Amino acid sequence: MNLPEPYRLLIFLAGTLAFVGFHAAYLVWVERKGAGRFQRRPGPTEAGYAGLLQPIADALKLLSKQVIVPPTSDAVLFRAAPMMVMAPALMCLAVIPFGETLVARKVNFGLVMVFAFGSINVMAIMLSGWASRNKYAIISAARIVSQNVAYEIPMLLVAITLLMMMGTMDLQEIVRKQAGWFWNWNLFQLAANPLMPVTFLIFYICMLAETNRAPFDMAEAESELVAGAFTEYAGMGFGVFFMAEYANVVVGCSLATILFLGGWQSPIGWLPGPWWFLAKMYFLIFCVVWVRWTFPRTQFYGLLNLSWKILIPVSLFTLVLTSVMLKLF
Amino acid sequence: MVSQEPTCSSDLSQVVRFAKLDELLALGRANSLWPLTFGLACCAIEMMAAGASRFDISRFGAEVFRPSPRQADVMIVAGTINKKMAPAVKTLYDQMLEPKWVIAMGNCAISGGPFVFPGQYAVIEGVDKLFPVDVFIPGCPPRPEALIEGILELEEKLTGKRRWPRVKPE
Ligand code: SF4
Repeated sequence: MNLPEPYRLLIFLAGTLAFVGFHAAYLVWVERKGAGRFQRRPGPTEAGYAGLLQPIADALKLLSKQVIVPPTSDAVLFRAAPMMVMAPALMCLAVIPFGETLVARKVNFGLVMVFAFGSINVMAIMLSGWASRNKYAIISAARIVSQNVAYEIPMLLVAITLLMMMGTMDLQEIVRKQAGWFWNWNLFQLAANPLMPVTFLIFYICMLAETNRAPFDMAEAESELVAGAFTEYAGMGFGVFFMAEYANVVVGCSLATILFLGGWQSPIGWLPGPWWFLAKMYFLIFCVVWVRWTFPRTQFYGLLNLSWKILIPVSLFTLVLTSVMLKLF
Repeated sequence: MVSQEPTCSSDLSQVVRFAKLDELLALGRANSLWPLTFGLACCAIEMMAAGASRFDISRFGAEVFRPSPRQADVMIVAGTINKKMAPAVKTLYDQMLEPKWVIAMGNCAISGGPFVFPGQYAVIEGVDKLFPVDVFIPGCPPRPEALIEGILELEEKLTGKRRWPRVKPE
């Protein structure tokens, strides 16, 4: 948009905050409604029409709940962790292109920036567990570190595969290169790499693991670790983690949309725009909820084995395959 | 001696009114009563049934069973409280943060239920011996509908309004 720079930035700042706030609140509703539907029960129905006021009731409740900082905890880190988990998601949205001109900041290394800030999220959850000085929280913090190390690798390998194909780190440029009908999307670029759908699947699984969604929610394994890293958080401190989880899901699904599903490009070749972006993103988010309420939580060893024994070798193979294909054809 | 009424507070209430805000907060709290994941005996099975698809307490926003007492609002004491279990239950209650409520579900939690007889030495006769209780739900075990009724009763205690008209037993 052609507004003077300070106004443009302010508008986008407010827009990003509203976007994240709205999605964090209403994805909770989607999740609870979805959970209900997947288990053949209605989900929230009483607070407002179809339970639409449920997130507002929850927010009021959480805001008016007592907050404590346990006396044995590290008070500074304990307070800083919720902020650190929310801020990176907001930062990532600054470079995500929602439409042809609808992007807060054009950065030509957007991909690196999203990955750089994306990993702060996991570190913040680790810090929250560490600062609580609660044995369950510390076990959870240790798990988060190994989980993050294991899943960051295949995710970055997939990103490198895409980088080789696209030749740019500018997210807007990546979307532009996927213009036209849906077979131009990276997901269907079988000429560059016959295993492209597998690559997408790896990316999606890693995204689930990085955002701590079931079946990989080792951070909050309530059957083993009380509430994991969030055990000591109450009221809005906990609410922020709750919201940040959904904010990170939004970022992850946006990134998957941009990298594989052609971002704001239309699947039928005309009328590209932000609505396509949102439609694809919501579809991916729906799949996240679907996966969560369909699969039980994995064991921790299963989680690490999946990454080290399957995802990393396969993603390395697709990386090599892509480079060979690029060289040959 | 005549007790000195604190006049300032009654004067203040004429000027500063938080009634609307309080009502709003009460509505918010009543619609998101997160229970503690916590069951002691057979009544807990009925509590689980209340969360499952046939009865579904999620309609009232109360299905978010939080495993950590820090995040829970209402403790549903579902089952027999043994003398050995009592300290743990008390600790859980103390770890919950204000505002917090307690529902005593089943005869055991109300008065010891079938375990009361002369000379019994193992069971606490009623959870109100340990901490204050807001709603009692009789039954051995109470049906899930009764637990839902208990939650509605607690909501009425918070907001002062009944959500649905009360059903008269025939
Ligand atoms: S009241 Fe009856 S059903 Fe409930 S815990 Fe006691 S004995 Fe079991």
